[in-house]
Amino acid sequence: MEEIRILAATAILGYGFPDAAFEEGLARRPHVIAADAGSSDPGPYYLGAGESFTDRAAVRRDLERMLTAARRLRVPVVVGSAGGAGAAPHLEWLRAIADAIAAERGLRLRTALIPADVPQQTVLDALRADRISAVPFGPELTEADVRASSRIVAQLGAEPLVEALRGGADLVLAGRAYDPAVFAALPLLHGFDAGLALHLGKILECAAIAAVPGSGSDCMLGTLRRDHFTVEPLSPERRCTPTSVAAHTLYEKSDPYHLPGPGGHLDLTDCVFTPEGERGVRVTGSRHVPAPYTFKLEGARLRGYRTVSLAGARDPVFVRELDAIVAGVRERVADNFPDLKPDEYRLLVRVYGRDGCMGALEPHPVVAGHEVGLVIEAVAGTQALADTLCAFARSTMLHFGYPGRLSTAGNLAFPYSPSDFHAGAVYEWSVYHLLRVDDPGASFPIHWTELPEGAS
Amino acid sequence: MTEAQPLAALAALADVVRSKNAGPFELTLDVIFTTRGHYELVKRDRLINRQVVAELYGLPAADVGEPIFYDPARAVKLNLRRPLPSGSVGETDVYGAQQHGPLLTLLLPLPEEGTPAT
Repeated sequence: MEEIRILAATAILGYGFPDAAFEEGLARRPHVIAADAGSSDPGPYYLGAGESFTDRAAVRRDLERMLTAARRLRVPVVVGSAGGAGAAPHLEWLRAIADAIAAERGLRLRTALIPADVPQQTVLDALRADRISAVPFGPELTEADVRASSRIVAQLGAEPLVEALRGGADLVLAGRAYDPAVFAALPLLHGFDAGLALHLGKILECAAIAAVPGSGSDCMLGTLRRDHFTVEPLSPERRCTPTSVAAHTLYEKSDPYHLPGPGGHLDLTDCVFTPEGERGVRVTGSRHVPAPYTFKLEGARLRGYRTVSLAGARDPVFVRELDAIVAGVRERVADNFPDLKPDEYRLLVRVYGRDGCMGALEPHPVVAGHEVGLVIEAVAGTQALADTLCAFARSTMLHFGYPGRLSTAGNLAFPYSPSDFHAGAVYEWSVYHLLRVDDPGASFPIHWTELPEGAS
Repeated sequence: MTEAQPLAALAALADVVRSKNAGPFELTLDVIFTTRGHYELVKRDRLINRQVVAELYGLPAADVGEPIFYDPARAVKLNLRRPLPSGSVGETDVYGAQQHGPLLTLLLPLPEEGTPAT
């Protein structure tokens, strides 16, 4: 095999792609169609709650096109970080979508499911065996963090995906996975260079984001040969340039020359980026440097429940007195519910127009405009208590008296009735650490199934 | 760099100034300069350094990583400790995508006349 062509449909399954670009990609006869389906960027909620941050109808739309095209070409589809956060409920969510597509479109899919969940006990044992380490600026892991976690997943490397393709999978659905792995799996199965395969995967996992103009909802074709790879966007209005492709290795990573992954790091120090044809870029020099195998673990714990109230204010005296008013509202809340201990709830008033975006990092935390946006937020152990605290803080703030007040009928402009919203469960990261293992293949067995299930 | 040299805000000298999470505990900021000449000047004289970034963000220098100069993209990468982990209660920017503002105002000297603008 002299070259492998990989079609990256979209940056995250469910973000969409133009049919014309996808068809152009299919015309190049790709050997695999792949997509990353997740990220930890949307925050800990989705992992903790077991919900997808992408929309079911949008995911189905993308996956249906990928699966029907792949069956026509008789090539596999590989999807990683199923359902966004890639834990068991997310993987099941995506499996059910694929199942429905297979049933309705008359497809028969030999499917490899690769869960990425890690039992608490496994993490506790590793912690005691000194096999867990912190990431830069991250805390050390404690046993309490592990025990409090509602779910823990590992970012899988390419190894189990390679095994799934070796086993003849038409469809590989993996739990949480290292983003480049879904694109690198087929090349690694065929013995292509790991450095080039993973660097290509790193670019393709964001689809056309590395093109100009960039897009996370458009297709990109990667062509891997023995000593280089090329990337090319498939919509005529986009092109890759050496700078756009080089710059992509900066994206979301703390070091553009050294990108750590599950079994080593990508060393891109010697990469050379050159134009290839009208709209493509050729890359050479990417190297994979093996290191002791580590999985990145992600875990989330339930922190409480949240209620928020949205309001605006444009009275200049109110805005001038805002800090004292917020302090006064806090006092009234504490005074009105004396049985509540301070550590049983959090009451926040976010001020947009001052430091709503940057908080403690805002260099100019002053109101410069004629109005502010306010978010009154309560987080507590139950939704009922969060409701109570938010409602009381909201009504108190609405009618709070302050020096120089002219607008004695009310302080806040509420855009909605009802004014308060259940934001539901609040999760936070409990685990975001590295786990060192001896055998990366041992922990994540493949579950084989035929889709649609029950059809035989 | 002399007193008389004209200054310009980084926003006028760069094609890209952006921020994003690099995991839940770290913010990563990228500046891609418009011209090779300006990038080389900033790199040579280390005009963007830990101390400058720490002052812009009101952080101790220990919370700022050593800037990484990335020649292939005329880019400087900066890493900061997040004041609060992404998604924790009271945190303001889950994706970390709006933390680049202070960099836009950083004043830098313009390269001397005749510096190739590639």
